[in-house]
Amino acid sequence: MPGPREGSPQGERPPRREGPPGGPGGGRKQYFRRRKVCKFCSEKIDVIDYKDVRMVSEFVAERGKILPRRLTGTCSTHQRALSEAIKRARNIALLPFAAGG
Amino acid sequence: MRNYEMMFIVRPDVADDDVQKLIAQMEGVVAGAGGKVDKVEKMGRRRLAYRVHKQREGFYVLFHVQGTGDTVKEFERRLKVTDTVIKHMTICTDEILQRAEKFKALRAKQEAKRRRSKPAPAPAAPAQPVENAQV
Repeated sequence: MPGPREGSPQGERPPRREGPPGGPGGGRKQYFRRRKVCKFCSEKIDVIDYKDVRMVSEFVAERGKILPRRLTGTCSTHQRALSEAIKRARNIALLPFAAGG
Repeated sequence: MRNYEMMFIVRPDVADDDVQKLIAQMEGVVAGAGGKVDKVEKMGRRRLAYRVHKQREGFYVLFHVQGTGDTVKEFERRLKVTDTVIKHMTICTDEILQRAEKFKALRAKQEAKRRRSKPAPAPAAPAQPVENAQV
């Protein structure tokens, strides 16, 4: 299955549905998952700074919870550093412990 | 000697002059306790993420300091005594810097490896233009 992994443009999908004999439902249900990459690895961010609220808050849910790795695609090393940064930011009132409550 | 980042929040109703005075005073405290101030950053007035001492805003000040445990102890004691400071936090940045250097070294190694493995399959193609450019 090289098609979906390459993140093929939408124009390529209709012909594929005709190709495999999987039926009408099978073509649409095929994986269309964006490949998740660790932001800190790909952008080569060495230090996850707790003072950089704009960056760190990307990894916090609406209510202030730390988003899990399976949602953000962060690698385990950076997730650990990130959670530390978020907790530090919370301590100094840059991020909420629980928001909107 | 270790590197520290000390951050504290001053009440928003304190005048700028008084904040400046407090900063000067704290610089004196660091110097008196055998430390060295590398940098003082005024991060400015910000909204707090939650209420602290019934305040919703605060003036953030950040000290980059080199010193020992005694420096930190004295610094924090002074902050606790000062009524205008509503929150403070000290962080040792040595580990963070070490980790950053490790990442940098790792990346350099990987790039070196990539460079070593790449020229093998296609040595002729990039080599010729380079020669031409030199001539």
